[in-house]
Amino acid sequence: MAGSASVSARVSAPSRPLARLAAALAPWALPILLIVVWQAAAHTGLLSSRILPEPWAVATAFWNLAESGELWTHLKVSLWRALAGFAVGAGLGLLLGLLNGSSRRAATLLDTTLQMIRNIPALALIPLVILWFGIDEAAKLFLLSIGVFFPMYLNTFHGIRSVDAGLIEMARSYGLSGWALYRDVILPGALPSILVGVRFSLGLVWVLLIVAETISAQAGIGYMTMNAREFLQTDVVLVGVLLYALLGKAADWSARGLERHFLRWNPTYQ
Amino acid sequence: MQINPLEEKQVSRAAGQALHTPQHGVSLHLRGLGKHYGGRTVLDAIDLDIAPGEFVAIVGRSGCGKSTLLRAIAGLEQPDAGQLRIGDSGSGANGSGTSGSGTSGTPEVRMMFQDARLLPWKTVLQNVALGLANGEERARAALASVGLAERAGDWPSVLSGGQRQRVALARALVHEPQLLLLDEPLGALDALTRIEMQQLIESLWTRRGFTAVLVTHDVQEAVVLADRILLIQSGRLALDQNVALARPRARGSAHFGSIEQKVLDKVLEI
Repeated sequence: MAGSASVSARVSAPSRPLARLAAALAPWALPILLIVVWQAAAHTGLLSSRILPEPWAVATAFWNLAESGELWTHLKVSLWRALAGFAVGAGLGLLLGLLNGSSRRAATLLDTTLQMIRNIPALALIPLVILWFGIDEAAKLFLLSIGVFFPMYLNTFHGIRSVDAGLIEMARSYGLSGWALYRDVILPGALPSILVGVRFSLGLVWVLLIVAETISAQAGIGYMTMNAREFLQTDVVLVGVLLYALLGKAADWSARGLERHFLRWNPTYQ
Repeated sequence: MQINPLEEKQVSRAAGQALHTPQHGVSLHLRGLGKHYGGRTVLDAIDLDIAPGEFVAIVGRSGCGKSTLLRAIAGLEQPDAGQLRIGDSGSGANGSGTSGSGTSGTPEVRMMFQDARLLPWKTVLQNVALGLANGEERARAALASVGLAERAGDWPSVLSGGQRQRVALARALVHEPQLLLLDEPLGALDALTRIEMQQLIESLWTRRGFTAVLVTHDVQEAVVLADRILLIQSGRLALDQNVALARPRARGSAHFGSIEQKVLDKVLEI
């Protein structure tokens, strides 16, 4: 009996770190498998390179673009557009959300109009946008801003309106009013909702950027991708797609970081 | 104002034991105070005089208007009729109005709610210092007096219900109130924590000498803490019972039991 116990002990001990490693790698198992299958199919000719180039070709194209500096130029332009669009759209959304959330009079005047504009899909405005702004940077900025405005506005508005009334009453009875009340109670109370709006807007700006960059562009990831499509450089096309995905992921990650910092008092973030 | 000899003895004993100057409590006068919601009369012409430094408990069935009365005193509700005066000098106003006591200007009135109402995004110390300019030292002292000095840097979400109420008590006391209003602050706590909190409130009241008005549904709690028990029934004061027991009060004593039974009978009689 003692012998078998020690045998089983010897067998289970090394497999525990192994089990942990397996658990860490498990979410990546399927993507890795897909890439392996993809590479094999492309290599054996099952998959035409015009439909989908092999992963190795994509990696090579990525490397070449990075080395020649082209990648960074396009990346910088796209990033700049995204940031500008986010700053204008989300900034306006935040300001108007704060205004309408705090002042009933402002909400009565402005909210209905904004809701009507909201129901027009931003992408359906493209013909109008081209007519108004041409096909230059202003058009892209307008499209990005108007798309990013609404998630931010709605979430900020809701956040302000749903601050715990009991806390506001308590703070007032302790002598807080005006700016101090806003800074210490209302804004922090609305912050979880506002950060949801930030996360939403940051994700949306990339989606809209893709479309905005196809209207017409001289630089940017969208331009790089469209150009490559014209020349049937499918590997570069995939590099563009992957870049969008990575940038979107990075934006989401930074939004999560903001949440973790500003909401660290919340038990769910501890 | 009629002076009841027993009441006088209680007041002078409390005043004598206060560390601060004897007028650390402020008197409270209500004349014909009325409040109705829609067609329903919640408070019907309440006349009440409370001496400085007195501990008064208001009991009654739920929905009898005791919380409304307390909130009217706190200024959180506007009475529809009658006068309310806090302190002896100065003039009252119709509806609501607080006036200054002779020596220190507007009397400090602070309220403790049934839920602690701590700002979750501020640390315990910052919560206690709410509304105080440069109040960190006083906040620490107040936290020490409720026995939570070592939790100063914690978020409220990690504290238990009893600890949160103690922080709320410290927050109320740091302003050195002359009138402390307590709206069923111990209702959500377990029985043992409730007894500890009662002892804490009693000892702080004995040391500082403020006037205290406690709304509670627990008749025993009222007999333990108060010099005087008021019962509100049908919007009117149905009972004004003096509690002439020596402090600290023994819950098991015959006299205690008889007072408690008398009040309870009156509460349950309708």
